[in-house]
Amino acid sequence: MSLLLRASDICKAYNGNHVLQGASFTCDKSGIYVLTGDNGTGKSTFLRICALLEPCDRGEIAYVADGQLLQHDIGLRRRITLVLPKIGVFNTTVFNNAAYGLKIRRMERGSIRERVSSALNFVGLAQKQQQAALTLSSGETQRLGIARALVLDPELLFLDEPAAFTDARNREIIEEIILRLKKEGRTTVILTTHDMKQAERLADRLLILTHGRITTP
Amino acid sequence: MSSILEGLSRAFSLILHPTAELLAIIVLSLKVSGSALVVATLLGLPLSAFFGLKKFPFKGLIISVLNTFMGLPPVVVGLFVYLLLSRSGPLGFLALLYTPSAMIIAQTILAFPIVTSLGHSAIVSVDPLIRQASMTLGATSWQISWAVIREARHGIIAAVIAALGRVMAEVGAILIVGGNIAGFTRVMTTTIALETDKGNFELALALGIILLSISLIINFGLHVLQKRGLPKVSS
Repeated sequence: MSLLLRASDICKAYNGNHVLQGASFTCDKSGIYVLTGDNGTGKSTFLRICALLEPCDRGEIAYVADGQLLQHDIGLRRRITLVLPKIGVFNTTVFNNAAYGLKIRRMERGSIRERVSSALNFVGLAQKQQQAALTLSSGETQRLGIARALVLDPELLFLDEPAAFTDARNREIIEEIILRLKKEGRTTVILTTHDMKQAERLADRLLILTHGRITTP
Repeated sequence: MSSILEGLSRAFSLILHPTAELLAIIVLSLKVSGSALVVATLLGLPLSAFFGLKKFPFKGLIISVLNTFMGLPPVVVGLFVYLLLSRSGPLGFLALLYTPSAMIIAQTILAFPIVTSLGHSAIVSVDPLIRQASMTLGATSWQISWAVIREARHGIIAAVIAALGRVMAEVGAILIVGGNIAGFTRVMTTTIALETDKGNFELALALGIILLSISLIINFGLHVLQKRGLPKVSS
């Protein structure tokens, strides 16, 4: 992989509650990294900090490409993508939701259509392109979130509890999608889950967050 | 009852065969209210977006003042603009009193807090996840703001509709600063007030019906605009 992520000694507290206390981790190989731990241990916080969605109180997030340390600017943010447990659906069609990231990158219409169709097909929503996104089920919404990220062809894809609000069937579908991503090998995935069995099914590298620090089993 | 029916019948005949005077009144009304709405929207919407998207000191106080100003009594606004534009007033040199421009200024003052305050409410009501979603998908800060504004579009159009209702129905302020001069500053609402005083109910009724019809057409147009671009809800 060309983009390397190094999180060093990350600390974060909310109202005096120290969620992360020196969490460190390096992502330097492609595959699926699964960060697991009990609810409330700070997995989502750690992922949001790594994805540059919020700052840490102490520590450093370093992205390196071709031996160069990258600035935390829009250029870097466009090489990584985070899918939240509740994705935030735009009040428009499934297609327009999936196309959003490409439209803001001023991509040409034909390419947008092609990439969106391919991504929606990948997550099994090809038949619902023109449907109002707000009418999708929670599992379908989560798959839309993944499609919306995949169209961007990110080098690093963060998935925060990707199956947390879905039923068993959609959980299976989402796991299949992640495993297909792994097979294609284009994107490195870092995901969080509190479901240990799911973690074992998906992980190339398993990470456990406990007492604000990351360990490996 | 019979005078109402008679008035209505004469009103409809007047609508079907409008006089040049009636047409001029309608056109001026649309010009004044339309211009005021456009100016209030151009000033109010960017401000509502700024208030909705940025944090700064005394923001709560400013919003409270705007909310209070939504209920500004038109005659008070009329009086204020009159004092500003009268010969001895600070803007008297502009010689705008008793002109359509003075009427536009007064109506803009009435419409501005409505567009700004309701627009702000629409923007802050947008799900915070929209902002995060845009950010995670690589949007710049401008693109994030635009995504939030787009999500608030229904509420923003509702704000413009509310302001339109306010200026179209308004009579007190424009009567004071416009003077209701025939052929120059006489608009539908001031004519209705004048003709009612004179007992000329058919013209007053005709104008009332036309005023309602125009409001209905504009509101329907805005409603269509609100719905445009929305996907069908059924699967």
